Amino acid sequence: MSDGISGETVMEPTADAERIEIQLLLEAVYRKYGYDFRSYAEASITRRIQRHQALNGYRTISEIQHAVLTDRTAFLRLMHDLSISVTEMFRDPSFYRSLRAQVLPHLKSLPFLRIWLAGCATGEEVYSIAILLREEAVCEKVQIYATDINESALHTARQGIYPLENIQAYTGNYHKAGGKRSFGDYYTARYDRAVMDASLRNHILFSHHNLVTDGSFAEMHLIICRNVLIYFSGALQDRVLQLFAESLIEEGFLCLGSKETPRFSPCASQFEEWDAHERIYRKKSAAA
Amino acid sequence: MSGSTARSRLPHECIVIGVSSGGFRALSALLPKLPKHCRIAVLIVQHIKADAGDFLARHLDNICAIRVKQAEDKEVIDTGTVYLAPPGYHLLVERDKTLSLSVDEPVHFARPSIDVLFESAAPVYRDRLIGIILTGAGTDGCIGMKAVKEHGGLTIVQDPKTADVSFLPRSVLHTVSVDYILPLDAIGGFLARMAV
Repeated sequence: MSDGISGETVMEPTADAERIEIQLLLEAVYRKYGYDFRSYAEASITRRIQRHQALNGYRTISEIQHAVLTDRTAFLRLMHDLSISVTEMFRDPSFYRSLRAQVLPHLKSLPFLRIWLAGCATGEEVYSIAILLREEAVCEKVQIYATDINESALHTARQGIYPLENIQAYTGNYHKAGGKRSFGDYYTARYDRAVMDASLRNHILFSHHNLVTDGSFAEMHLIICRNVLIYFSGALQDRVLQLFAESLIEEGFLCLGSKETPRFSPCASQFEEWDAHERIYRKKSAAA
Repeated sequence: MSGSTARSRLPHECIVIGVSSGGFRALSALLPKLPKHCRIAVLIVQHIKADAGDFLARHLDNICAIRVKQAEDKEVIDTGTVYLAPPGYHLLVERDKTLSLSVDEPVHFARPSIDVLFESAAPVYRDRLIGIILTGAGTDGCIGMKAVKEHGGLTIVQDPKTADVSFLPRSVLHTVSVDYILPLDAIGGFLARMAV
């Protein structure tokens, strides 16, 4: 029955079957638990699912689907692997220098400052921001909203305890980022852990927020969302950028990752480039 | 060698290149061989420090006829262009032949990782992909080359005897039965013929 077709066609059926399995898994996760990964960039989420499959000994992707539908702990493990992000303190030091020199001077005069760090993951970035604000003497009138989709990452962020082995790299970043003191002032070494100074958390509110499905929750002066959009499809990026545009006050600032831009999005016209190299944008005022 | 020339087939559409130590010299020798108007796209992972900036892309763009640039997130892959993975980011190919980036953990200590690029490109381009491994240390690239091969792509490894650092090409040869083992200048000639 396959005469004339099968011999000629170069097919790799396993790859396509696996793609269908992945789509069905993400559909299952959405319908059962409400977490919507269906519009994530496919290549990265595929890699993360394959890694989850290998580490947990599932023979097929469909096996993950069955486990997730019938066992909440299997879902939580998957959820953790799909939404965890790798971060570090003062990552991209030149961004922090720009934030210090080009952005904060415009916000310092405000009576109160609301900052949203979207996708804060395990918190390294939010502690970096808190340190910077303290050194710039604006921390007393600041509320930082640090949000993430991943509850276990948020738990780590709230605790502010990190492996001591990373501190050397963070110290280097801190100084390159224009740090004014000794990085040792901000943590206490305890065995093989570095415990961040608890007072850094005074102005941070950690909370669960899903950029895919949740809306705006306050008027922000500054939104920082770095290396999150790269995991989203173009359409989902557009949605999130629109959410940021709606959440910012006029002339509020948006900071993206060093390879992210609103340029290709329909809401590009609502932003002007502030520091193009560091991917810092400013929301235009309605009058402009 | 599994010659793929016997039956008529669609031309190759994309080349992925993985290179580690010694890559600056190897890429500087190889890429100028590509013509300006080339009907193929080239995606490259060169192992590089996260804070390296865009010097390599600018240097290669200066010495090459073909356009060379750092890859951007969600960029449409265009023929006649060489895309380099940005330092500190993995580079991946999406089904719709756009590029995406990630900051997932390093693979074999590398970010960008050769395996990540090759494994994502292989199911998208299948037999219209050419995978090339050049000089380097480490083993990042072995699994990726295996994926290129399994999806019907053409595989080429720089002859370890001619590589500045032979460990990576040797490791790939231990892992995959590749189609061609060639010295660097022969790879250049091969690409120049493929690309026009």
